[in-house]
Amino acid sequence: MTALAGKLPGRLPGKFPGKFTANRGVLLGFVLGALVLLVLAPAVLSDFRLSLLGRFICYAIVAVGIGLAWGRGGMLVLGQGVFFGLGGYVMAMHLKLSEAGPSGVPDFMRLYGSGQLPFWWEPFKSPVLTLLGVVLIPSLVAFGLGAAIFRRRVRGAYFAILSQALAVAFATLLTGQVATIGGFNGLNGFRSFFGYNLFDPVNKRMLFYIAAVTLLVMLLIVWQLYRSRYGELLIAVRDQEERVRFLGYDPANIKIVAYVIAAAMAAVAGALFVPIVGIISPANVGAVASIAFLIGVAIGGRATLFGPALGALVVAWAQTTLSESFPSFWIYFQGALFMLVVAFLPGGLASLGAVLRRRRGRARTGSTEPPASAPLVDQDRPPPEPLPGVPAGSEAGR
Amino acid sequence: MNMTIDYLELSDVRVSFDGFLAVDGVSMTVLQGDLRFLIGPNGAGKTTLVDAITGLAPATGSVRFGRTELIGKKVHQIARLGIGRSFQTASVFEKLTVLQNLDIAAGAGRRPLSLLRRRSSVPLEVDQVLDTVGLAELRDRPAGALAHGQKQWLEIGMLLVQDARVLLLDEPVAGMSADERAQTGELLRRVGAQRTVVVVEHDMDFMRSFATSVTVLHAGKILSEGTVAQVQADPNVQEVYLGQAATEKALAAVAAAEDTVADQERGKVED
Repeated sequence: MTALAGKLPGRLPGKFPGKFTANRGVLLGFVLGALVLLVLAPAVLSDFRLSLLGRFICYAIVAVGIGLAWGRGGMLVLGQGVFFGLGGYVMAMHLKLSEAGPSGVPDFMRLYGSGQLPFWWEPFKSPVLTLLGVVLIPSLVAFGLGAAIFRRRVRGAYFAILSQALAVAFATLLTGQVATIGGFNGLNGFRSFFGYNLFDPVNKRMLFYIAAVTLLVMLLIVWQLYRSRYGELLIAVRDQEERVRFLGYDPANIKIVAYVIAAAMAAVAGALFVPIVGIISPANVGAVASIAFLIGVAIGGRATLFGPALGALVVAWAQTTLSESFPSFWIYFQGALFMLVVAFLPGGLASLGAVLRRRRGRARTGSTEPPASAPLVDQDRPPPEPLPGVPAGSEAGR
Repeated sequence: MNMTIDYLELSDVRVSFDGFLAVDGVSMTVLQGDLRFLIGPNGAGKTTLVDAITGLAPATGSVRFGRTELIGKKVHQIARLGIGRSFQTASVFEKLTVLQNLDIAAGAGRRPLSLLRRRSSVPLEVDQVLDTVGLAELRDRPAGALAHGQKQWLEIGMLLVQDARVLLLDEPVAGMSADERAQTGELLRRVGAQRTVVVVEHDMDFMRSFATSVTVLHAGKILSEGTVAQVQADPNVQEVYLGQAATEKALAAVAAAEDTVADQERGKVED
């Protein structure tokens, strides 16, 4: 799948080798993706493997959002676990309430707490409010955070550290709330999903289809964003934020939009993760989980359309396969893969095709043509002197 | 045609960095159609003054564009009022094409939802400006692949599609060949008739050829102001530029040397 993405033209920012080829390539990618996920995978995979793939797809949905915020927007979002967790916990709260029995209070609250339902659990009795909450609560949180962070012009490493710290704080907060949100154990033991029995293989399959279609829809959304004027503007902000300001835009607003969309995608993924995997706990939302979301994106190619999702799927699949055969070995492999990609393929695996093509082209012509960006005018020439003979003392002493 | 004449009016503008006055009480007025050059030795406060006008450096005093006070407004608000600037190092969006660069510059007034659609056709003003700055052939080229001079023209083009009424250009011809300088000067003349243009420049030949008026800054203050001839004849200016020991003889020698250098450069380019 990764090799395919490498052949698709038009996935590098700012390179548009004719829109028809680019469009056809993207279309081909969508058709192939839909075939593999909706036809091939359900046909050949066992129920267990299919449910595993469903979990990977949740990670891939988070990755699509990270690709938008980080690859196109330049925001190194190291704390997507916060939004993944918000979406996941909202869904988990609803599932807990819907099977709480006549008392209306989830089991763990009777075990660890007062047996009283906290008031902020009430809205999630309603399926409609739950679905709205899955998207709106994380979006509003992201909007608030984004407005506070980007308007103060916090960016780069400072933004990355801040978002990482938020994930740590969120996980710590959850761990401390044993009586109201399950603490370290999180929320688990779900038996049904909006009335459908979660132990029924047919319903499990249905959940897989929902996740797969959601992933394709998220990809369509970012594709439209990348093609739009907003997508161009986002690249401009990533590369030259100050310049955009002088053109009359407020870059903070442009970044907030990408940040909120990425957060909403992570939240939807979290909400799907809960019924598919059957648990959400602080370990799924903390710093380690948040960084794991990012690795697949970097390996797949963060600025490309399909790269982040493919990278996330491949990394998650490799992790599961390798940890089955060599437990405790995976972490080294992951680190090595990450370093290799960063060192030799900064554009990720999705740029492999372009890199190889460039190599081949260079080998064929037998010479290294000057790169397209070589200036025709020598820029090294020093700027002309104001007037010959200006004494150094006339400088204003800055 | 504008019935009213635009103008930029600075009065008693001061910029202080930790007690150091980089701009120390500058007052000046630039009218539409004027091609004003802002010159002065390094550290005179030229770029800082441009920063103050565009909201980048915190300033006191007053900067008015027509009747609108600019000081206290944010950078993007000032840009939307029609004040555009370029930078010493051409800062275009290298990963985007020439067309995309211009389209972004033209779009600050677009409604948010319209940004979510693709560009269906090239906006009229972008098309015109592509011709004005001579980049029509290169419109689908990534801006990063342009020659240095072309980047500067793209940057001027971005100011034009932005519909900037005031152009503040920071060393627009630095690093350009003599030919490119002449072309840039002609371009500024063409676009300057309808606009208010301030050029920060070190290149004295360029200034002599194209300035309609000159302001000389020194140590954050205005040292002299007038036509090129007036400014060049000002003994204060000569003193700042040439030091106190300057004599008429030195001046003449300098002028002669400059001419030869300029001639040689011209000769080289024409080969």
